[in-house]
Amino acid sequence: MPFDIYLNVAVGGILTGLVYGLMALGLSVIFGVVRVVNFAHGEMMTVAMYIAVTLFSAFHLDPLVMLVPIAAVLGVFGYALQAGLINPFITRPEHSQFLLLVAVAIILVNVLLIVFGPDAKNVQVSYAYDSFQIGPLIVDATKAYAALAALVVAAALFCFFQYTTLGTAIRACADNYTGALVVGLDVKHLYALTFALGSACVGAAGVMLALIVDVTPSLGPAYTLLAFIIVITGGLGSMPGALLGGVMIGLTEALAGLLFTPSAKSMFSFAILVLVLLFRPQGILGKKVA
Amino acid sequence: MLGRLTEGLSARTLILLTLLLAVLLAAPFFASDYLLTVLILILYFAYVGQAWNIMMGFAGHLSLGHALYVGLGAYTAAALYVHYGIGPWIGLLVAIPIAALAGAFIGYLAFRFKVGGVYFAILTIAFAEFARVGFDHLAWTKGSSGLFLPVAQYSKNDLWHLRGQPVMFYYVLLVAVVAAFIGCRALLQSRIGYFWLAIREDEEAARSAGIDTFRYKMIAVVISAAMTSFAGVIYAFYYNNLFPEQVFHISRSIEIILGPIVGGVGTLFGPILGAFVLTGLAESLTEGLHAIGIDIPGAKQVFYGICLLFVIMALPDGVWPWVKRRLGLSERAP
Repeated sequence: MPFDIYLNVAVGGILTGLVYGLMALGLSVIFGVVRVVNFAHGEMMTVAMYIAVTLFSAFHLDPLVMLVPIAAVLGVFGYALQAGLINPFITRPEHSQFLLLVAVAIILVNVLLIVFGPDAKNVQVSYAYDSFQIGPLIVDATKAYAALAALVVAAALFCFFQYTTLGTAIRACADNYTGALVVGLDVKHLYALTFALGSACVGAAGVMLALIVDVTPSLGPAYTLLAFIIVITGGLGSMPGALLGGVMIGLTEALAGLLFTPSAKSMFSFAILVLVLLFRPQGILGKKVA
Repeated sequence: MLGRLTEGLSARTLILLTLLLAVLLAAPFFASDYLLTVLILILYFAYVGQAWNIMMGFAGHLSLGHALYVGLGAYTAAALYVHYGIGPWIGLLVAIPIAALAGAFIGYLAFRFKVGGVYFAILTIAFAEFARVGFDHLAWTKGSSGLFLPVAQYSKNDLWHLRGQPVMFYYVLLVAVVAAFIGCRALLQSRIGYFWLAIREDEEAARSAGIDTFRYKMIAVVISAAMTSFAGVIYAFYYNNLFPEQVFHISRSIEIILGPIVGGVGTLFGPILGAFVLTGLAESLTEGLHAIGIDIPGAKQVFYGICLLFVIMALPDGVWPWVKRRLGLSERAP
C-alpha cells in the first residue's frame, strides 16, 4: 500500500479522535469534580445525535449551526440530572451510583428506541462529500469541521475553568470538598453546573459525530465504553489528557482498521487501556493520586 | 455437620429457610412451562449473583466484567462437547481452571499495581470486551457466526450429558444455588471471610493489621471466577447456542450484578432475593404491558429502568436488609 493511504487514514483517525476527545472531556470533567462516573455518558450523546438528526430532517438545520443550542439543551438535562437524582448519591458507595446511572442509561436508550425506532438514521448535509486537498493529503470536510469545533469547545471550556470565578470555584470543590463548604460555596449547585458542562460537551460531540456516523439507539453503551477508555488512557480528570487520549484512540482505531480487519479494531483500544492501567494507572497526563 | 451449618441461626430463620427450600423443591410440580423457564432464569441469576458478591460484597472490588467468566465457561464446555464429544461435567473440570486463571491474571495485574475502585471496574470491562472481540475472530469456536450444540427432542433426562428438559436444569441450578449459599456462608464465617471484610472496609488498615491483602484479594477473584464459570457451562447446555456478541457483552455483566445490588451487596440472601425481584419484575412487566395492549419495543425496559431508579433511591442498601427487618430476622431492633 502506498504511504499516502496510511497518511490519509491517520489524519482521518486523528480528526475523529478529537471529537471522541471532546466526548471524553465531558466524562472527565464530571468525574474530576463530582467524583461520579457517568455510566450514561454514551447514551446522553446518542440523545444529542438524535436531536441533531431530527432538526436536520424536519427543518434542514445544519448540525454545525445547531451545535450550541443542542449542547445547551444537554446542559440543562445534565443540570437537572445532577440536581435531581445524583446529588443525594455523591456520598454513597460506587456500586450505588453505578446502578443509578445504569437505570438512567436503560431509560434513555429505550425512550429513543420508542420514539425513533431501531433503524439507522443519518444527516446528509450538502458538504457531506466535500474534501480539502493538501498536497497528497485528502481531508474529509465534515471531519475537519467537526474536529475544529471540538477544539474550539474544548478551548472555551479550558478558559472557563482557568480564568473565570465560577470555574475557579468549581475547581475548589474538586480539590477540597469540605474546604469548599467552609468558605461558603454552594457545592450542590456547582456540582450540578459541572454536570451540565460535561453534558454540554458530550452534546456538542454528539452533534458533530452525527455528521460522521449513522445513528441508532443502541450506540450508547459502545460510546460510554469508548469514553472510559479515552479518559483513563489520557488521565481521568485531566482536560488535555482527554483530548490526547481521544486522538490516540482515534488514530489506533483507524490504523488497526486499515492494517487488520475493521471489526477487530476495538481490541487495540482495549489493549492500550490495559497497558495504561497497568503501567501508568493515573493515565498518560493524569496526576498521581495517593 | 448439620449442627455447624445451622450454627447461629434463629429458629425463625431456620423455619423460613426450610419453607423456602420446600417451595422451590416442589415448584416444578405445580409450575407451568413458562413459569418454570422464569424460575430457571431466577436461579441462574441468583447463582452468578452470589459468585459476583464474593468479589464486591465481601472483598470490596467492583467487577463489571463477570460475563468474561460466564463466557469462558460456556465456550470451553461447549467447544469440547461439539469438537470431541466430551461431556459437560468433564468440560467443567477444564472450564473452572481456565476461568480461574483468567481471574487470577486480571487480579494479579490489577492488585500488583494497586488498581482499585473505578479503575478496577473498567479494567474488568476491558478484559470482557477484549474476549468478546477476540472470540468473534476465533475460528475454533466458530467466531461471530455462533457455536451451536446439537439439539433433539429428549424423552428422558440425561444428567451426565446435560441433555434434557428444563426441569433437569431447574434442579441442577437449585442445587448450585443452595451449594453456593452454604459455601459463601462458610467462607464468610471463616478466617478468609473476616479478612475480606477487613479489606472491604479499609484496605490500608487491613494491611497494617498484618493481612496479606494481595493474597486474599487474589483468593476472592479466583473463587468468584471459578464459581461463575459453572454458570457458563449450564448456560451453554441450556440455550444450546453461543454468540460472542451475546455471551461476553457488557449488558450481560450488568445483568449479573443488578440482582445482588438490588438485593443487597455483601449480604448472603441479597443475590437470591435480587434475582427474584428483578426477574419477577421483568416478566410481570412483559405480561402486564401485553395485557393492556402496549406492544412497543422498549416500553418494558423504560418501566424496568424507572423501577430500578425507585429501588436504588428508596432502599440504597438493597431490598434484603429491609425485608429482613420486616420478617423480624434482624439481630438488632429495627
